[in-house]
Amino acid sequence: MLYINNLNVELEDEKKKILNGVNLDINAGEVHAIMGPNGSGKSTLSYVLSGKDGYRVTEGSATFEGREILELSPDERASLGLFLAFQYPVEIPGVGNMTFLRTALNSQRKSRGVEELSAAEFLKIVREKAKNLKIDAEMLKRPVNVGFSGGEKKRNEILQMAMLEPKMCILDETDSGLDVDAMKLVAEGVNALRSKDRSFLVITHYQRLLDHIVPDVVHIMADGKIIKSGGADLALEVENNGYSDLLAEYN
Amino acid sequence: MPKTNLTEQKISNYSFPTEASWAIKSRKSALNWLETTGLPNRRDEYWKNTDPSYFNTINKPERNKIDYVENSIFENIDRINIVFEDGYFNASKSDELLLKGIEIDTISVANQKDNHWSANYFGVLEKSSQVPVERTLASLNTAFAVEGLAIRITDKIDKPISITYLHTNDTSDVLIHHVIKIEKNASVTILESGGVASRSNCLMEVFVCENAEFDHVRVQGRSHEKIAVTHLFANLLKDSSMKSFTLTVNGKSIRNEYVVDINGENSKAHLGGAAVGDRGFSQDDTIFVSHNNPNCESRQVFKKVLRNGAKGVFQGKILVKDGAQKTDGYQISQGLMLDDDSSFLAKPELEIYADDVICSHGSTCGEIDNAALFYLTSRGIPMAEAQDMLVLAFLNDAIEEISDESIRTIIGGRLKDWMVKRHKS
Repeated sequence: MLYINNLNVELEDEKKKILNGVNLDINAGEVHAIMGPNGSGKSTLSYVLSGKDGYRVTEGSATFEGREILELSPDERASLGLFLAFQYPVEIPGVGNMTFLRTALNSQRKSRGVEELSAAEFLKIVREKAKNLKIDAEMLKRPVNVGFSGGEKKRNEILQMAMLEPKMCILDETDSGLDVDAMKLVAEGVNALRSKDRSFLVITHYQRLLDHIVPDVVHIMADGKIIKSGGADLALEVENNGYSDLLAEYN
Repeated sequence: MPKTNLTEQKISNYSFPTEASWAIKSRKSALNWLETTGLPNRRDEYWKNTDPSYFNTINKPERNKIDYVENSIFENIDRINIVFEDGYFNASKSDELLLKGIEIDTISVANQKDNHWSANYFGVLEKSSQVPVERTLASLNTAFAVEGLAIRITDKIDKPISITYLHTNDTSDVLIHHVIKIEKNASVTILESGGVASRSNCLMEVFVCENAEFDHVRVQGRSHEKIAVTHLFANLLKDSSMKSFTLTVNGKSIRNEYVVDINGENSKAHLGGAAVGDRGFSQDDTIFVSHNNPNCESRQVFKKVLRNGAKGVFQGKILVKDGAQKTDGYQISQGLMLDDDSSFLAKPELEIYADDVICSHGSTCGEIDNAALFYLTSRGIPMAEAQDMLVLAFLNDAIEEISDESIRTIIGGRLKDWMVKRHKS
């Protein structure tokens, strides 16, 4: 589904290299986790894949469903079925959460040539999905993420994911800032979306999220590249021993 | 050209009306002030950021592209429609003016009558607002405007009174002067829309009596050549309220002055404005709100979206006089630049002589938030649409100042139109 080949990226403003040849293949239905110390390039990878500006790809490629995506705009990538759950969801005063969700959903449908949802149809679906994530009607009416708690913001990300039904979901430290109960709720939301046609890339610092969202493959990222890959037990190894052994092995 | 010569030339452009003695007296007083003070120029503190020569000149305005579509912005609102054409009242296009709770005359009729109610009001607020800042374009208006309405409201009027200014002559240059009195416990909504003229100087004096309400929504601009100066003078007695919102879409130079005098306890004055423009657009809101009594509230919410070399000016002042305790004064002015060529010049002022008040002001100038833009586009919303959503979100606080939801929707629709056109240009 998503194939990343020798991806090299630097910051646009300064010639600082962040990614040094990332190789990653994610097949349909798989859940991959990326772990790694601070500054290893995990979030940058998620931003570059979803099309945030400020980065320059110097080498390599990323193909999603057979299409080279690095030249596409963020909305085009989203319409192809790529979704990034933000580490820090952005507050947007003046834009209602419902308006935002409906505009996003209908923009994607339009670009895929699918008929847009009417207000009533949309409302029915969003209410049902919000209920599963314990998001109340009041939260839906408010401006996007404005005045939301950390947990509410993350649940709102998962709600967007549930509404947009992407094929490839990238979760950038979705567990950060969440208490145990909130993390469980978010993980349940993610697990409910797991299917043979949908893949996940879960970026996290901690193993505990992976207790709830059990990955097929775990990658360790350091210094802008993947230095080791393994099964779910690799995450446990990191949890017990930290990154130092793995980094020493790599160096 | 020296100030006096210019003023003399401008004055000689108009003929002095022959009317009832009270009207002559008001006009002479205004003319006298204009002659001694002179028209504004760039050296005047209050005209530093907007070039007054557009309004001062005796040359004919440039030919304007006339857009008839604008005339109907409030068309779907159930309203009493009064039509002006190139600054002249048009009775045949207007609705019947004999209505319960409303007394309407044109000022040309009112000013001929010895005992018309407006005799004690015409030019009064214009005159009292000449200190501390001279507003001689308003004096010019009082001295020479022969068109306008004298409206007296004696009841709660449900239907808005809509004044539609048709613009059909492409070099028209007009003066319009309205006098509005809302009697005790009465209320009214006044809507203003339309192209007015190529160059216009419109003035409105509003007397809001005890426990009365004045609601005002105006839409101006449209063509890129439009030149307009407006003055809204309001006097509020106790327990009264006023709300005024202006949407400006394009124009060459548009200056809106507001002078609000709060002269009774427990009164409220809310002023709001949303302005969007590009190219040679210059739009200026100059505001003076004076709290003369305790326990009153005022708000100023002005937002401008500027693009492609446009200029936005905001000069807003709240004066809280000695004794006006428990005043709640608020002012915000914000400019959103859609490119690097535009400018926003703001001068927020507070002058407070009472010691138990809440007054705040803020002014910001910025560009579209890239983080928000990425967030929206990453969800599949195309760039142009995402930008529009953020522009509307920016203007939202100002639009929220309009109390009627259907009017808010109309204003929002006009702004969306502007944005769609923006993507095409």
